[in-house]
Amino acid sequence: MHWPSILQAERHAHSMAQATGTLKFDFFSAEQALEVEAIASQIIPSDDGPGAREARTVYFIDRALTTFEREKQSLYPQGLKQLEFKTHEMFPAAKKFSGLSSAQQIQLLKTIEKTDFFETVRVHTIMGFLANPEYGGNYNNIGWKTLGFEDQFFYEPPFGYYDAEYTKNKPQSDPVSDPKS
Amino acid sequence: MTKFEVGTPVDFVIIGAGAAGGVVAKELSVAGFQVVVLEQGPYFRRKDFQHDELKTRNNWQQPYIGQEVLTNNHERQPNTFRKTAKDKAVIAPTVEYGQGVGGGTVHFTANYWRFHEIDFMERSRWGPIAGTGFSDWPITYAELEPYYSKAEWDIGVSGLAGANPFDAPRSKPYPLPPLPIKSSGALLERGARKLGWHPYPAPMAILSQPYQGRSQCGHCGYCELMGCEFGAKSSTLASVIPVAEKTGRCEIRPHSYVRKISTDRRGRVDGVIYFDGQKQEIFQKAKAVVLCANGAETPRLLLLSKSNLFPDGLANSSGLVGKYLMFDCGQAAEGTFEHPLNEYKSVVVTRVVQDFYDADPKRGFYGGGGLDARFDAYPIGFALYGLPPDVPRWGSEFKKALKENYTRSMMILCHLTTLPMESNTITLDPGMKDAWGLPAMRVTYKNHPDDLKNMAFFRERALELLDAAGAKKKWADTPDDITTSVHLMGTCRMGNDPQQSVVDKYHRAHDIPNLFIVDGSSFVSAGRNQPTCTIQALAYRAAEHIGRMAKNGRI
Repeated sequence: MHWPSILQAERHAHSMAQATGTLKFDFFSAEQALEVEAIASQIIPSDDGPGAREARTVYFIDRALTTFEREKQSLYPQGLKQLEFKTHEMFPAAKKFSGLSSAQQIQLLKTIEKTDFFETVRVHTIMGFLANPEYGGNYNNIGWKTLGFEDQFFYEPPFGYYDAEYTKNKPQSDPVSDPKS
Repeated sequence: MTKFEVGTPVDFVIIGAGAAGGVVAKELSVAGFQVVVLEQGPYFRRKDFQHDELKTRNNWQQPYIGQEVLTNNHERQPNTFRKTAKDKAVIAPTVEYGQGVGGGTVHFTANYWRFHEIDFMERSRWGPIAGTGFSDWPITYAELEPYYSKAEWDIGVSGLAGANPFDAPRSKPYPLPPLPIKSSGALLERGARKLGWHPYPAPMAILSQPYQGRSQCGHCGYCELMGCEFGAKSSTLASVIPVAEKTGRCEIRPHSYVRKISTDRRGRVDGVIYFDGQKQEIFQKAKAVVLCANGAETPRLLLLSKSNLFPDGLANSSGLVGKYLMFDCGQAAEGTFEHPLNEYKSVVVTRVVQDFYDADPKRGFYGGGGLDARFDAYPIGFALYGLPPDVPRWGSEFKKALKENYTRSMMILCHLTTLPMESNTITLDPGMKDAWGLPAMRVTYKNHPDDLKNMAFFRERALELLDAAGAKKKWADTPDDITTSVHLMGTCRMGNDPQQSVVDKYHRAHDIPNLFIVDGSSFVSAGRNQPTCTIQALAYRAAEHIGRMAKNGRI
């Protein structure tokens, strides 16, 4: 946990990013990754714009589970097993959660939304959507763009609508905007 | 780099390199004394401060995974908590403070409010409040005023003197003009003016212009809970500690975890026993000790330092070490607006209003405070905790709310009075140990009913302000007992009567002539819960007196 493991995760993410086009999983099997991605895509859907799927959130989660979130590893195989069980129970004809229709997936997730497993996936999905892209998610700043957050380390005023309006409407001699007067 | 021998007594050992310790180290080393500063946390360099939300940790909002180095690590230093002495204390992260050279000033918001005259004499003005330790300070605002100015000019504070009609008199303007207004500030100002209140530019310990070789703020927005890689936030790490080290008489020792202040047969302090980074025990001899470990660790260390001569802990003949703990009492209300505010840019706060600072008997309870407009959420924290309570926690509606609200939200945060209660304490836990095998901290805390009434009063003012500013939607928490705090005050209170206080008006322990205690623990009242400016003014004042006494052979 903490500094060394985060740095390790960061290096790992950098090396992954450099290995062009070779996205692979260290913790999840391909099948598990598909299921986790299906859940993440319901948490932040790709409805009116890119969501958790396009932001490659599942790659973030995979990396997190082999680095700074290692202690949460066991939640996933267990949770996915229960998800499979629940899928068979609610939709006997279906094989996998990821094979359900979107409406069916939502219906199922509502029955488990209070579980530790769902809450963990929810938090990890949000983190993967909005953390620095070096960690493997937030691909192309998709998460930040969704929020309207810019990836820039210097800003100059005006910052937003209301301060722009304020500065425009204030007379030059106003003591608040010009302390030297 | 200055290095002192542990076996030869240095003039002063200072415990804690934070808001107070950094100032005292600078003042005493510049005055010609040899100083060793023991700091339990690391020595950060600017490159350690990165724009990375995952590397920030807020102890109470799990799961901000990642490092926990800017603040105390509750895995290594657990504390237990109970509301009253009758309850069973259980493990719960209750107190948060900065650890590392610079202490809390590294990651703080940088609000830099002076106290008002009333804060030092409110007991006389208001009268007694049954069941509390409500008292006047042994010093007045006028006595502290020169040191407020000194603090503002020495560390670098931006603000506008005279803009707040409720401010106490001041001998000097701020050294730097206010930081540029943000949308939250413009909205606070709009709402406050509509209500007939008096908004003013927030005094901030952040440089609006280059100052003393340090660069000005780049408005990057990574202020709250983060260190400043520009060096524009006026932490003691960026401002006074480099000056102390330049004297060649100040040695900062990071990763030094103090377990005991040692005394000789006469009952005078003769040094400090601490663990270094390898958990090796070291005894650093000193002619005098200045304890600046914060309002929670300072009393804990005094209690840990008990001996045959001092069976109840050091400096504790009054029995008041650890008592009258005061937490930061606050109340938040949040709102969303039609147009983008883009509050993720620049510093946290740009406007404040103090029309309700003074207590007013007409309200039917004791209490007062100030309100600021702010936004202090990074993207992940916002998605987890920043949305209105009626928004679903996942799915299309959740995503839509993220999209609409992130750039359009702000908060009104009220900073409020906290009554000192003898029953609110820091003690040693009888069972729990920290990672060094020392008794862990036990916190007992429950607010006075007037604190909660005051929170409810300010909750209404904050919602009223959001309304007047034109919020589309607004919401606020229900007032409740405070169970976590980042401002830690009152546990070694200052006073003239050795039976009613732990230190005298110059921060000297009543019981031990060469032990000084300078930090939030000295506070008699909590003011309106913006303590850093006053902690540092007290530190400048204390250092001047300590230096003079040492030169005159009176320590």
